[in-house]
Amino acid sequence: MVNEAPRTLFRKIWDSHIVNHTLEEEQILSVDLHLINEVTSPQAFEALRLAGRTVRRPDLAIAVSDHNIPTLGRALGPTDPESRLQIDTLEKNTIEFEIPHIPLDSEWHGIIHVSGPELGLTLPGMTIVCGDSHTSTHGAFGALAFGIGTSEVEHVLATQTLRQKPALCMLIQIMGALGRGVTAKDLILAIINRIGTAGATGHVIEYAGAVIEDMDMEGRMTVCNMSTEAGARAGLIAPDATTYNYLRKKHFAPTGSLFDQAINDWQYLRSDEGANYDTIVTIDASEVAPMVTWGTTPEAVTTIEGTVPDPAREGSSTAKHQMEIALEYMGLKPGQPLAGLPIDVVFIGSCTNGRLDDLRSAAAMIKGQTVKNTVRAMVVPGSSSVKAQAESEGLQKIFMDAGFEWRESGCSMCLGMNQDQLGPNQRCASTSNRNFEGRQGPGGRTHLLSPAMAAAAAIHGMLIDIRTMP
Amino acid sequence: MTRIFTQLTSIAAPLPLNNVDTDKILPGRFLKTISRTGLGRALFYNMRYNSTGDEQPNFILNRSPWRNAGILITFDNFGCGSSREHAPWALMDFGITCIIATSFSDIFYNNCFKNGILLITLGREECEKLMTRASTPAQANFTIDLLSQIIILDDGHNIPFTISKEKRKTLLTGQDDIETTLAYLSDIKSLEKKRPGWMPHISKDLIL
Repeated sequence: MVNEAPRTLFRKIWDSHIVNHTLEEEQILSVDLHLINEVTSPQAFEALRLAGRTVRRPDLAIAVSDHNIPTLGRALGPTDPESRLQIDTLEKNTIEFEIPHIPLDSEWHGIIHVSGPELGLTLPGMTIVCGDSHTSTHGAFGALAFGIGTSEVEHVLATQTLRQKPALCMLIQIMGALGRGVTAKDLILAIINRIGTAGATGHVIEYAGAVIEDMDMEGRMTVCNMSTEAGARAGLIAPDATTYNYLRKKHFAPTGSLFDQAINDWQYLRSDEGANYDTIVTIDASEVAPMVTWGTTPEAVTTIEGTVPDPAREGSSTAKHQMEIALEYMGLKPGQPLAGLPIDVVFIGSCTNGRLDDLRSAAAMIKGQTVKNTVRAMVVPGSSSVKAQAESEGLQKIFMDAGFEWRESGCSMCLGMNQDQLGPNQRCASTSNRNFEGRQGPGGRTHLLSPAMAAAAAIHGMLIDIRTMP
Repeated sequence: MTRIFTQLTSIAAPLPLNNVDTDKILPGRFLKTISRTGLGRALFYNMRYNSTGDEQPNFILNRSPWRNAGILITFDNFGCGSSREHAPWALMDFGITCIIATSFSDIFYNNCFKNGILLITLGREECEKLMTRASTPAQANFTIDLLSQIIILDDGHNIPFTISKEKRKTLLTGQDDIETTLAYLSDIKSLEKKRPGWMPHISKDLIL
């Protein structure tokens, strides 16, 4: 249509999912796929039951327990009675309301943000919601995907819609190319450092530019995954040939002429020339180095060549005070170099970095070497399928020979709900997404970094710049 | 039905921090519940208790008169991080039903209003002023009036605040969002009829 004003990718997906265009402020957004987990759904199902309501579209939902499950001794199930009750409750609810449910022993099992894309459930142009903030991962496919609370889960179950105000739109244009040893994880950490943990509040971020175009789907998922750490409601990347090729032959993706029809529709899913953004940020990828967090929020990050900042140089008294608290919690001193910092635990996994390529890059770093005897290192594959593929490629052997623990899929030490937790003052090199106080266990000290950097830290027993290694 | 909020007179507790995340409001290990109630005891657990489970005497909510606070005052990006609605449930279970800050994270914002917790966004200067008052026991009593959209201080001064029409109406009437949405059911269904054939339908019998 010639007369249409140019629109952003976000706006196109938004407009095509608004139920009634006459509503002001909050609009009703139609939901194409609802992902359900064991932690944020029980109260929603209970409320439905109390109100005598039912699930409107069980065929547009899928449930899996991923947060609270053991990654060892899976066959026995959770030994903790509270965890077991939550997992059993999800199963009972899905039976009662006829919602598809992926059991723990299924070959489809995994962290939903890893399994969903692997199964082809995540397709361009869809609206996807889940009671989990890392739902932003699915934006890598050009799907509008965001996390919601439990009351909103209840709203989606009852109506297959959500009430939302339209988001603002931020374009992050990433020019140049990433250097050797610099990954999608380093890029998103550098972006969060640049715009801050509240930098994209109220926005959906669209990532574009040469670096994104050249990036594979796993890297794009890592970038979109941590959009929420910049405060964004969602991350978005326009689908392209890389996206289509990833989706071919995935279980729930269309086949044959339906796939051709889909590609026809998906080609329209890009921001129009001249589309208006509320905020534009440009990043030079060649300036991004391997990143490591030093504080207790993801914006508190610097390069591996960097040092711990000095609170005395902070402008406001709140910021100064808060940096002092963070450094005390982390057991760090101003001016201390990050490289060389001794590490107690290494965690490779999560919906940010628990995919096959992540495990490949970590394995490449450690092949034939041994984990330092002061370090406990573990790999938790993001899904059963990642685990199986890694085993068939021989990655499991590389990890286990080096002294890594090799676990079953799940969220695990990313959020410390199951037994996989840090002890007080334990310092962890972690490929996960949040370094909040106590996130990985009470008193635990988290340094976020890429899988290759984490693997190198396990071998050397300290943070180390992988670019300086042979 | 949402919990109704019209007016609240209570002690306000100062929490002069930026980026208070929902892991801090309620650590992950307390999410293993299938109920909405009983979480107040674990609110701000790692700040409120020491490693042996005893109260940290210096934490604001362990001190008089703030132990009985119904209002919390904080700074930027309150409620960032995890989408867990357990955070607002814990605040509410403790007795906090109004939070004043310079900004809130998006998901937390919606979660609070769904539970009848009023969130008020003010400028830095006004927030600083209220923070100072809240830190002084004799001045820490505020009245929040949602009908007139003002915060009434003990010295008689009023601070106006803005809030979206729909959020205000939800709190004042306790309207049920699901019921309001289902009034548009025919529109919802007709949009669903346009769902492209290539989008997945998941049969529960298909799961491996």
